[in-house]
Amino acid sequence: MDGMSLLTVTVLAVFVGFEVVSKVSSTLHTPLMSGANAIHGIILVGAIIVAGQAAEPWLLALALLAVVLATANLVGGFVVTDRMLHMFGRKGPARAGRKGEQP
Amino acid sequence: MILLSPAWTSLLYLAASVCFILALRGLSSPRSARRGNLIGALGAVIAVVTVFLSVRLANIPWILAAIAVGSLVAAPVARRVKMTQMPQLVALFNGVGGGAAALVAFLELDHAPDPWLRLAIVFTLLVGAVSFAGSAVTFAKLQELITTRPILFPGLPVLMAAVLVAAVAAAAVVMATGSTALAVALLVLGLAAGTLLVLPVGGADVPIVISLLNAFTGLAVAASGVVLGNVLLVVAGTLVGASGTILTRAMAAAMGRSVAGILFGAFRGGSTAGSTVVSERPVRSSSPEDVAVLLGYAQHVIIVPGYGLAVAQGQHTAAELAQALEARGITVEFAIHPVAGRMPGHMNVLLAEANVPYESLKEMGEINGEFKTADVALVVGANDVVNPAAKSSPGSPIYGMPILEVAAARQVVFLKRSMRPGFAGIENELLYEPQTSLLFGDAKESLAKVLGAVKAL
Repeated sequence: MDGMSLLTVTVLAVFVGFEVVSKVSSTLHTPLMSGANAIHGIILVGAIIVAGQAAEPWLLALALLAVVLATANLVGGFVVTDRMLHMFGRKGPARAGRKGEQP
Repeated sequence: MILLSPAWTSLLYLAASVCFILALRGLSSPRSARRGNLIGALGAVIAVVTVFLSVRLANIPWILAAIAVGSLVAAPVARRVKMTQMPQLVALFNGVGGGAAALVAFLELDHAPDPWLRLAIVFTLLVGAVSFAGSAVTFAKLQELITTRPILFPGLPVLMAAVLVAAVAAAAVVMATGSTALAVALLVLGLAAGTLLVLPVGGADVPIVISLLNAFTGLAVAASGVVLGNVLLVVAGTLVGASGTILTRAMAAAMGRSVAGILFGAFRGGSTAGSTVVSERPVRSSSPEDVAVLLGYAQHVIIVPGYGLAVAQGQHTAAELAQALEARGITVEFAIHPVAGRMPGHMNVLLAEANVPYESLKEMGEINGEFKTADVALVVGANDVVNPAAKSSPGSPIYGMPILEVAAARQVVFLKRSMRPGFAGIENELLYEPQTSLLFGDAKESLAKVLGAVKAL
């Protein structure tokens, strides 16, 4: 892709990024930060590309280190965010149980 | 193996980008948040499969093994970590992402003939390294491997300036010549800058720094996308960089602070260091039984949980106390300050984990009008977020920060460890008011004692 198109895409992405999170309530700041954190784990794609090109052993070793780190970011990020949000999701049944306890 | 034509590759990357946008949008609303996260994960899977099918790759077994190692290390840690320790895990994941971006840029240096491409490389190297080292320091602070107080030493501003000047010089040379040795030097300087940036930040401000470094990593990933000519990395990285910036500002605004003030306040000396002086003024201290009587015969109780509750891991006990009071027909609500806990929104996660119903968690704007009808405001391990100085004394470091107006309640009970001031290091006049009583001790133990006494009523 040429430089001008790349710049266009970048500028549009900046506005989308501003727009999608502009109305988030403070309740969700932590999961949102964690979710955004998982998304930049997509650097894994870049790490895979450089590892696939690495010709010398030490270059490959560095690239594989990048793959391990990026995977940890990506997988760990989505798992921990899901766990956080799971806590929110449990409210319905928990509340029903508590109402049942009351005389 | 190349199975996909460039057009299909672009389409699939576009699909993954849309997934990421939908993920961020979903995460902005409680009802769609979990689905949003899953859509994000789906986008990641699409992207990773696409790269395997669209680029001629050597070393595929090695790459698959490395992905397996990364997943096998990260997934169990993410699944098992205690919710109170979750902020440092987010910091850690953020740091390794920044490190990965820096490594990718470093390895691309040999393939970048163009100085402008090398500009993107030096940017990724520097920002990725800052994010890695900065996140490592925030991890150490949150895990309390090092002190949570600001770490300052004479000459810190000079050292920081020297590191930055050296980094800019090294970056210029790498951009002009593509020197590998200087790229290594740039990585080291980036690590030093990241460390020096975060060391002076006080414990209460660390969450904002995590969010800022998260945005940094996003920018590094976007720049690495420019280096590799990969649109998906550019879009995903830019999205995170932009939304992370907004989020950082929102968090800082909720604390009544500016991002620049947090980062550079310590350099100027006017930081959150505060005092640790214990005041000698008389206060009304109370026993668990007294507190239980106050609570047990009230009609409307508002619990204000804070950092101290999170540290003591007392959220389950707080939830049990709320249940015991509700069983007596008392209305119990939790007033959540935007920055309660260790990160904005962290307290909501902790209380949700302890099965406190979502409807009982009230945000500041919603609950502030209700304190005047409350019989008791029970402040557990919070201080600065209820300190009237934020409204009344313009000279105070927290002046301007929105607070929970517990002073309006008929009775105020503080569960506190000691008379030590909060993070901001400012005395809380509310502690000396006639309607205030204090119960000293670890938040969890105090709550357990009060709970026992309420049950015995």
